[in-house]
Amino acid sequence: MAITEADVRHVAALARLEVEGPRLDALVRELNGILVHMDVLQRIDMGDGQASNSDVRDVETAGAGAGAPLREDEPSSGALAREREAFAPAYRDGFFLVPRLASHE
Amino acid sequence: MSNGAGALDGASSVDAAALAKQARDGNLDPHALLDATFHAMNRVEGGARPLNAFLHRDEQGARSDAANLRAGGGETRSLFGVPVAVKDNIATLRMPTGCGSRILEGYVSPFEATVVTRLREAGALIVAKTNMDEFAMGSSTENSAYGPTRNPLDLDRVPGGSSGGSAAAVAAGVVRIAIGSETGGSVRQPASFCGVVGVKPTYGRVSRYGLVAFASSLDQVGVFGRNVDDAALGLEAIAGHDRMDSTSDRRDAPALRPTSTTRTSALPLAGTVIGRPVEYFPESLDAGVRATCDRALDALRLLGAEVRDVSLPHTDLAIPVYYIVAPAEASSNLARFDGVRYGMRVELDALRSMYEATRSQGFGAEVTRRIVLGTYVLSAGYYDAYYLRAQEVRRRIRRDFLNVFSSGVQVLFTPTAPTTAFRLGAVSDPYELYLSDIFTVTANLAGVPAMSLPVGRVEGLPVGGQLIAAHWDEATMFGVAAALERALGESAHR
Repeated sequence: MAITEADVRHVAALARLEVEGPRLDALVRELNGILVHMDVLQRIDMGDGQASNSDVRDVETAGAGAGAPLREDEPSSGALAREREAFAPAYRDGFFLVPRLASHE
Repeated sequence: MSNGAGALDGASSVDAAALAKQARDGNLDPHALLDATFHAMNRVEGGARPLNAFLHRDEQGARSDAANLRAGGGETRSLFGVPVAVKDNIATLRMPTGCGSRILEGYVSPFEATVVTRLREAGALIVAKTNMDEFAMGSSTENSAYGPTRNPLDLDRVPGGSSGGSAAAVAAGVVRIAIGSETGGSVRQPASFCGVVGVKPTYGRVSRYGLVAFASSLDQVGVFGRNVDDAALGLEAIAGHDRMDSTSDRRDAPALRPTSTTRTSALPLAGTVIGRPVEYFPESLDAGVRATCDRALDALRLLGAEVRDVSLPHTDLAIPVYYIVAPAEASSNLARFDGVRYGMRVELDALRSMYEATRSQGFGAEVTRRIVLGTYVLSAGYYDAYYLRAQEVRRRIRRDFLNVFSSGVQVLFTPTAPTTAFRLGAVSDPYELYLSDIFTVTANLAGVPAMSLPVGRVEGLPVGGQLIAAHWDEATMFGVAAALERALGESAHR
């Protein structure tokens, strides 16, 4: 399955990345060079044992004999290491100030 | 002499446990230990060819903690006064946490990682943050936005990666213990390249609260030590349940340091079955690495172990599986770095342009490559062909391990990496570099614990031997490692 320039442009846009010019050419070449090695997976007989999310969870907790442990549903202090004001460049009247954006395009 | 090779300072010529005991007993001033540590750091980072292992230092904070070591029952602390360095993707309050990336330049976390809190509670003095491949994506530490780290044993070579700064810090004798992280071998492979011990615990053994996520079903915090005992001491301090990490397991952390039997018995491994997976010793394996590992297997036999050939038949699929699963998860995890919530922002008027410009200028080439690859394999039309198949094969890889460990084998022995440390800039093809993880990614995919320890050298460069154990059986793995280390003695380092 060869990956094209249009594929890379499309995927980069989904990932909010600007990829143009020589970088785009390089990515097309590199991704094809990588994906050719992934094609070996196409030869796997999937049978009826398709992996599911529960299999992934099973991998994560293998040997535990149970699913991932859940945290107790208890309120905590939520204490911060620094004052709220220190988390952003500007803070006023209980709000963080953010740059004005002219458009959402 | 090179910047680090063999030049051990006072801080590193004694085991971490012995250092802590001397400091606890009042026979060693932790401030003097810090003097030696920062002196060593200045030495390896000075001169014409610095190691570039350290990104941030915190002498003031370390000295403040040193002054308070005896407060609140400090006399029992296992790492009392022991200097420790931490990888730059683990959150600290007093130093930036930048993941070796421009996009997080200057970012200081508002909370501290659980492993850092536990180290400090155990009496460790956190002295520095270490260099790494950007967002832990790499096998050579050449992908750091702050320049590559050099291997202290040969300054023209890479230290391995992605935790190359931590490995180099220990190998150069600046600290006895350093913390790294693993997604596909990022502690074990640099440990192998730098001639130190590196451990990846069972998935769930160590809290990841405060570890910047790369691939969440694979990530695990790991430990470097100058020797097996140092690594055991470090892992004992950080292991165990943490309510802040839902993947953290509730079982108690085991004692890992070698027992007196391991230390003194002539046949400490009598009754132990060591598996030798044939897929990890292919015809193409570097002859020097093979010969060194064969000698280590002979040493294990002389210690009383039975060495048995076993098969992990899906091993050759591990790299394709890993490089689908890990980038897929990374593409999701790294979506949060958008110019709004963390680190740098390219100021533009439109929101989408701001996102794209920030991410494109903030991420390096390898991170960009993996985000695009991960987004591609998850996108409509390719999900079934790549991601779903990779998950199925991952399940089979895990079953391979479960089958071997249920057949009476307790520990597997393999080379950690197919080669010794390569020259800086020598590997430019992305997939060729990915292949240096070929023997390590399987343990991450299966979730089992694994470690690398030095077993010899080829042309002066260290070779790591890898031990892999069943889920949650770090204790047996460390027992074998300690016995093997003792048997090999100085031959592991020449």
